[in-house]
Amino acid sequence: MTAYIIRRLIAAVLLLLVVSVATFAIFFLVPRLAGASAEDLASRYTGKTANAEQVRVMAEKLGFTDPLPVQYGRFAKGLVLGADYSTGPTTEHCPAPCFGYSFITQNPVWPDLLDRMPVTLSLAAGAGVLWLVGGVATGVLSAVRKGSVFDRAAMGVALAGVSLPIFFTGLLALSLFSYKLGWTEPGGSYTPLTESPLAWARALLLPWVTLALLYAAGYARLTRAGMLETMNEDYIRTARAKGLPERTVVLKHGLRAALTPIITIFGLDVGLLIGGAVLTESTFSLPGLGKYAIDAITNNDLPKVLGVTLVAAFFVVIANLVVDILYAVVDPRVRLS
Amino acid sequence: MIATDATLALVLGACGGTTTGGRGTGTGATYNAGVGQVYNPSTTKGGTLRFANAGDWDSLDPADTYYAYSWNFIRLYGRQLVMFAPEPGAAGAKLVPDLAETLGVPSNDSKTWTYKIRKGMRFEDGSTVTSKDVKYAVERSLDKQTFPNGPTYFNDFLDLRGYTSPYQDPTPDKLGLKAIETPDDSTIVFHLAKPFSGFDYFAQLPATIPVPRAKDTGTKYKQHVVSTGPYKFESNELGKKFTLVRNDQWNPATDPIRTALPDRIEVTIGANADDIDNRLISGNLDVDVAGTGVQPATQGRILSDPNLKKNADAAATTRLWYTSINPDVAPLDNIHCRKAVEYAADHTAYQRAYGGPAGGDIATNLLPPLIPGAKQVDLYNFGSKPGGDADSARQELQQCGQPSGFATNMSYRAERPKEKATAEAMQQALAKVGIRLTLKPFPQGDYFKLYAGKPDFAKNNKLGLMTTGWSADWPDGFGFLQQIVDSRVIRASGGNTNLSVKIPEVDHLIDQALLTTDTNAREQIWAQIDKRVMEEAVALPGVWAKTLLYRPPTLTNVFVTNGFGMYDYLTLGVQNVQK
Repeated sequence: MTAYIIRRLIAAVLLLLVVSVATFAIFFLVPRLAGASAEDLASRYTGKTANAEQVRVMAEKLGFTDPLPVQYGRFAKGLVLGADYSTGPTTEHCPAPCFGYSFITQNPVWPDLLDRMPVTLSLAAGAGVLWLVGGVATGVLSAVRKGSVFDRAAMGVALAGVSLPIFFTGLLALSLFSYKLGWTEPGGSYTPLTESPLAWARALLLPWVTLALLYAAGYARLTRAGMLETMNEDYIRTARAKGLPERTVVLKHGLRAALTPIITIFGLDVGLLIGGAVLTESTFSLPGLGKYAIDAITNNDLPKVLGVTLVAAFFVVIANLVVDILYAVVDPRVRLS
Repeated sequence: MIATDATLALVLGACGGTTTGGRGTGTGATYNAGVGQVYNPSTTKGGTLRFANAGDWDSLDPADTYYAYSWNFIRLYGRQLVMFAPEPGAAGAKLVPDLAETLGVPSNDSKTWTYKIRKGMRFEDGSTVTSKDVKYAVERSLDKQTFPNGPTYFNDFLDLRGYTSPYQDPTPDKLGLKAIETPDDSTIVFHLAKPFSGFDYFAQLPATIPVPRAKDTGTKYKQHVVSTGPYKFESNELGKKFTLVRNDQWNPATDPIRTALPDRIEVTIGANADDIDNRLISGNLDVDVAGTGVQPATQGRILSDPNLKKNADAAATTRLWYTSINPDVAPLDNIHCRKAVEYAADHTAYQRAYGGPAGGDIATNLLPPLIPGAKQVDLYNFGSKPGGDADSARQELQQCGQPSGFATNMSYRAERPKEKATAEAMQQALAKVGIRLTLKPFPQGDYFKLYAGKPDFAKNNKLGLMTTGWSADWPDGFGFLQQIVDSRVIRASGGNTNLSVKIPEVDHLIDQALLTTDTNAREQIWAQIDKRVMEEAVALPGVWAKTLLYRPPTLTNVFVTNGFGMYDYLTLGVQNVQK
């Protein structure tokens, strides 16, 4: 098991390297191939009335006049050894892993990422619990009561949940529950867990539920389908014939077998979400990685884009690793080697 | 997305009724009650004023900011030499002394400007503000490597003699710039490389807000700007939120302008734009700090609901949406072909693209009526024939030698639906006289830097018409016109906002205006320049923009200032101070 994890982690590092090169190329190589000069690139980061000399100086400052491999090497060196940046009157050291300085805000990227990560982790964790519990429970009940009113109603709600975009349900929920009824906090009310757990939960309640509604729909349908298939297996009939209580048959024998695809999807979903729940964070004005990513892309702020892309890729890789390990726990037929 | 917004608006509208979280009701609320007059006047102090911003601030540092709302807001924590009077309407476009005792005193040739600093001015730490702090502040604003966002007026007009930055300054006190003298602690003298009669407009730039050198942390100064105004930073989470509280070192006796009514000011950054509108309407937010008006779906909702409309103001602005006509692209190098475009344009459709009458008035010339001295001229019948004057257009085409029309390209910013609608409207209108437009969208982030604003690209790609817009840096002929009609600001490297105006006579008139110290005479020159550009038909004015601002009943002392084209943030108070 340990050797397997080490091998996967090494592969993850190589994957992150490829991701960083690809992202770097998209932002620097592609414009160059399209004929953009170093000054063209730098002009995005100068004021709107900058003259040619100011643009040229900015191009040098941002390193755009260097060959691309040199620029990438500088970025990679910063990740490993850190880098020094001028703040004007002084020089500041950006310790490793230094993802560079934002071209726009002139802040180091890594502290920004660390600052915003708890918001996204909070959102993903809370919503993940809600949609997993809610979706799986609904799916199990629907499968057990196939064709019942509950089954039809639950699947109808699930269809609606997966169909409605979050910027619609989110804004509607905010208007109704926050502004009309006053039950929940308005958008942009995030409070860190360490400051006030109650305020943290209150601010995230609506984003959790809204996001969970979107995901739970898929999980309910997936669980229902898996359970219907499993519950027709011979070993389920055998379990019932042995006189086991129905609860045990459904939960221990039926659900456990149906869980494997759920775990796969859950791992990927959570990994992607931790990389940035873009729409949810934008809708609820949550200052997380998703909002950070959108702002970075809008502003062509490459160091920020690189940083958030690598963090997102890291979490997806880790989530996949955890899923693979969980396979072995849930399904005795799977052995990691 | 627009359809979704509209659906959402309908659903929310159906919710209707009362809301929770509000803070009382304003009295005498009517549509446009905040235009040209003060709505809900009050001297009551206290409470928390809540702002939100859908985007991110370019910077809170006075050396590094170039948004109108930021220049409006910054007066709460900083005092520049002069500022726009916090008055409704046209009075708000007048400059009054702030940190200085009087407006600037020019030399005869308008190349030297002197200001005296008020006595008793203090930073938030209790130290005295001197003229050297103002000089240092302007010096650091010159450093465009460290502060790229701010305007370059001081770089362009001061007699710098190679000076670049106090951070490269070998003198011990870092005050080596010869273009600014501080003969004593209360006097500051600016020496310009060329005459400029409107230098007071430069003196109102945030760059003249004093900065104590000992507290200057360069790019990090924006995390805690040392206050000279009535409020100082209590906390600041960059990109997320910040809070201002009263600055106990601010002395009202030195400040005849600011009322400083709220006890506390909270600002949320990066909020959802639609959510901001909903929060304003529900009373959970006081001001959308960007001041650019509500979202399209909310605009429809407000204008169709009398209960909401009475709390809204249609604020005229100094923004013009227009189309540049490129004389570098044949056959538009012929003035008659350019005039044919002017005559054929459908201004009703142009206005519709920007939201109809609520989005702005049909523009007949460049200078928006809000600019002091602006004179309306209508050389191409935009007012009398808003749907287009096809007969006159055909006559011009005959004179141009293109009786059956011609083909050219029209650019617009791809991410802007209103510009796309404009281009499509132009395409349809011009087709009626045989002018065939091929529409060319470009990404807005690089529109001026790499495409329409780069002369070689525009010429080589035959961009005959280029959709654009412009807003004055300040309400004055220079502030509005100079960057869009002076041919000498056009840079081959791109990044231009003057896309098509290259008229030697206009350049000469601009120089004449810079030398003219008499305000009325100067304003007449700017109006003359405006007319001259229209005569050459190198710009097709579309719409003088308006923005629909929502004025929650939670606010007191609300009015639109012509200085910024939005609510004046200096005077705002809150209705119910308990909350």
